[in-house]
Amino acid sequence: MHRLLEGVAVLVGVTVIAFALLHLAPGGPLAMYTLTTSMRAEDVARISHELGLDQPVPVQYARWAANLARGDWGQSYRDSRPVLVDIIDRLPGTVELMLASLLLAIGIGIAVGILGALKRYSIFDYLATTGAMVSLSIPTFWFGLMMIFIFSVFLGWIPSGDMYSLGRPFSVFDRLHHLAGPVTVLGLVLVAPWSRYTRSGMLDVLYQDYIRTARAKGVAASAVVVRHALRNALIPLLTLAGVQLPMLFGGALVTETVFSWPGMGRFFVDSLGYRDYPVLMGILIFTGVLVILGNLLADLLYAVVDPRIRFG
Amino acid sequence: MSESIGAAIRADGAPGRIRGRRVSPPLARFMRHRLAILGTAMVSLLLLSSFFAPDIAPRNPLYIDLMSRFAPPLHGPFVLGTDPLGRDLLSRLIYAGRISLTVGFAAMLLSAVVGTAVGTVAAYRGGAIDSIFMRFTDVAFSLPSIFLLLLLAAFIPPSVVSITLIIGLTSWMATARLVRGQILTVLKLDYVEAARAGGASDLRLILRHLLPNSTAPMVVAATLNVADAILAESYVSYLGYGIQPPLASWGNMLNNAQSYFVSAPWLAIFPGLMIALAVTSINFIGDGLRDALDPRLKI
Repeated sequence: MHRLLEGVAVLVGVTVIAFALLHLAPGGPLAMYTLTTSMRAEDVARISHELGLDQPVPVQYARWAANLARGDWGQSYRDSRPVLVDIIDRLPGTVELMLASLLLAIGIGIAVGILGALKRYSIFDYLATTGAMVSLSIPTFWFGLMMIFIFSVFLGWIPSGDMYSLGRPFSVFDRLHHLAGPVTVLGLVLVAPWSRYTRSGMLDVLYQDYIRTARAKGVAASAVVVRHALRNALIPLLTLAGVQLPMLFGGALVTETVFSWPGMGRFFVDSLGYRDYPVLMGILIFTGVLVILGNLLADLLYAVVDPRIRFG
Repeated sequence: MSESIGAAIRADGAPGRIRGRRVSPPLARFMRHRLAILGTAMVSLLLLSSFFAPDIAPRNPLYIDLMSRFAPPLHGPFVLGTDPLGRDLLSRLIYAGRISLTVGFAAMLLSAVVGTAVGTVAAYRGGAIDSIFMRFTDVAFSLPSIFLLLLLAAFIPPSVVSITLIIGLTSWMATARLVRGQILTVLKLDYVEAARAGGASDLRLILRHLLPNSTAPMVVAATLNVADAILAESYVSYLGYGIQPPLASWGNMLNNAQSYFVSAPWLAIFPGLMIALAVTSINFIGDGLRDALDPRLKI
């Protein structure tokens, strides 16, 4: 309950920041009229009164937030469609990309982390640790560019962008073919924390008494690792999925732009070029909400999985 | 870089206090971290080449030579080739290093100052101020920083100063949390109580007792912040909202590289390699500093 209130407070904070940014936007909401048309001053004043812009800022915020809660997120300057509809249209592409990348990263990360912990200080462990560091240091967009350069321009194995081949019926293979590039890039961004945390989590667990007991009882080595150690090492990783969400959205933005993947991130970058403020704010708030919800969910799951944790 | 190592030594409590011990343990531990040494060497090289750019760059980075557009690497006088305007790529990379590294280090300083101030005040004052500051940090944490960065960069006319300000002011949260935690730990120690009993003022307590004993995590976080700031600059500039041409930064040199994949792949390869090299080196240094200063630190 306490966590829920905290989440709501953070959510309100996010909307306040978005609202403040909206007000900082150069030109202000009436720039369209004052700068492009020779409108009389009293007409500008009338419009500003009709739109409620002559009210004090807190009142404006309250009205804006109330509309937000009702699902009225304003209209896009560019296509005059409701912002929320525009965003939800782009959501499946982003979700598909993020889920696939997250699965890939978790799979590889956990496997590498377990091996690293079991063979601590081996060459493999050393290479994996160094590789994790390097993967965090390579600019995502450049890695994407290099992927396109090597695998699409040079070898011709994968398409250089888009979600499907034009003019061909939908097929799972075609979709996977288009996913390969972006998922590798976004997966690489995410994999390092998973392998690092799995490794240290396994190391924490591996030397505890119940593992020794299991070994002494004659449980097979692989069963000890998977059933006894991994299960407990993975619990703290639940929160990692929540913490990683902002990184996931940021990475998706860059990956979608490089691979021209039709998702929310590329929509954001496109809208930036048009100075489409309602859409930009909408996406900012939308991702903020998803991040807060994700963290909340991760915390709750954590308490469910680990009975030692209780929220007051 | 020398400041960080200097700080590393200081954190141990004044080197040379014990006569005869020439190298303090943290420095020795840092020296044993081979990748960190490699990183230090690389970063020193990059800093030197940026500093002496006018002396070592083979050509004027802005000189447009339309007769030698798209020269491939090792073609005539162009070691790394030329860009679509015939400008020498190597010279541009060297000069771009100036911009990218300046933005990286300056943004780090800004975020370190803001983060330390917020973290210290929150921990020291406690109560309502603490919760307000920390909730604000939570809010800033739940917005993906690239979105915020791009949005602000699109509002404000881009320049080296504005980009530095934007990156610095959107990256202090981790430092603030870290410093707050560290100060809270130090506040419980006996000597703080002793200093209070001795009549030390708040400011003196913070500056003389609390902060000097919290440097280890701050130094590590600051180092990693340089790496992140360089990456952030490259993202924003790559997307066209950062450093504007004709000024070159490693990020904006990649801005149009995608269009020349087939005809001039070197335009896409080298600037990215420079970013990866610089950021990897700095991260290795951060890793080495963490091991040297406080192996238990988790950042």
